[in-house]
Amino acid sequence: MVVGIAHFLTVSAILFTLGVFGIFLNRRNIIVILMSVELILLAVNINFVAFSAALGDLVGQVFALFVLTVAAAEAAIGLAILVVFFRNRGSIAVEDVNMMKG
Amino acid sequence: MLSGLEAAFFYLFAFVAVASAFMVISSRNPVHSVLFLILTFFNAAGLFMLTGAEFLAMILLVVYVGAVMVLFLFVVMMLDVDFAEMKEGALQYAPIGALVGLILAAELIVVLGGYTFAPQLAASVSKPIPDLATRSNTAALGDILYTDYLYYFQIAGLVLLVAMIGAIVLTLRHKPGVKRQSIAAQVGRTPATGMEIRKVKSGEGI
Repeated sequence: MVVGIAHFLTVSAILFTLGVFGIFLNRRNIIVILMSVELILLAVNINFVAFSAALGDLVGQVFALFVLTVAAAEAAIGLAILVVFFRNRGSIAVEDVNMMKG
Repeated sequence: MLSGLEAAFFYLFAFVAVASAFMVISSRNPVHSVLFLILTFFNAAGLFMLTGAEFLAMILLVVYVGAVMVLFLFVVMMLDVDFAEMKEGALQYAPIGALVGLILAAELIVVLGGYTFAPQLAASVSKPIPDLATRSNTAALGDILYTDYLYYFQIAGLVLLVAMIGAIVLTLRHKPGVKRQSIAAQVGRTPATGMEIRKVKSGEGI
């Protein structure tokens, strides 16, 4: 059986859906939510690379590189905010994030 | 696109990637989640390799697994949180999550089943991938990344710089009561500030 672009897109769709489902399933644990976001971004990257290979266009890989860059920056900032929040509140539960609530 | 042994490897990588992604969201211990996420990234790198995107596969392993996932691991191990207690009541929102996930998956599958490539698409390819025998994937990527996409490349560097400074500024703290060396104060010390000369009358002392 020949594997085509549709197979790659299916894998990426499943990964994307698992990422979205993970946000609902672990809605109290912000670390796992960040990991789910990483899964979603990985699914997007698989899409970019699959289309790049199917069309023979290198631009898709360049864009996937930029997506990786932004995802790395997002992870670094998100984890830094998480560490600061844990220092202030001693907890990382999402429902405890209500200091700004009037 | 792929056939024979390559197709077999595709199914291997795809199956392990999906299975470990499921373990990421369902495992009880976040350390296990991070480790399964690393496994997912390894298999995604295998998928990238199968499509010929060798450089991205290596970047995914070196930068993502080597740096970002280790950062995740550090944070998970550094924070002293009772994760078991956090997991309680987690299944409360699972039905609505499953509903959203199923709808999303159904929509994506509908899209996958119903699309065709536009006929003029082949003519609109702006940067064709060169033959792997003559130019490697890394060199081809460099050829266009440092010429046509130079500004985007610089902006990507700027994004990383901002992220680095932001992370440092956010997490830096000065504990009160800890003595620190101030090199500027030491270097800027002059005889005028360092000592005091007094006239002492003989026989009296200070």
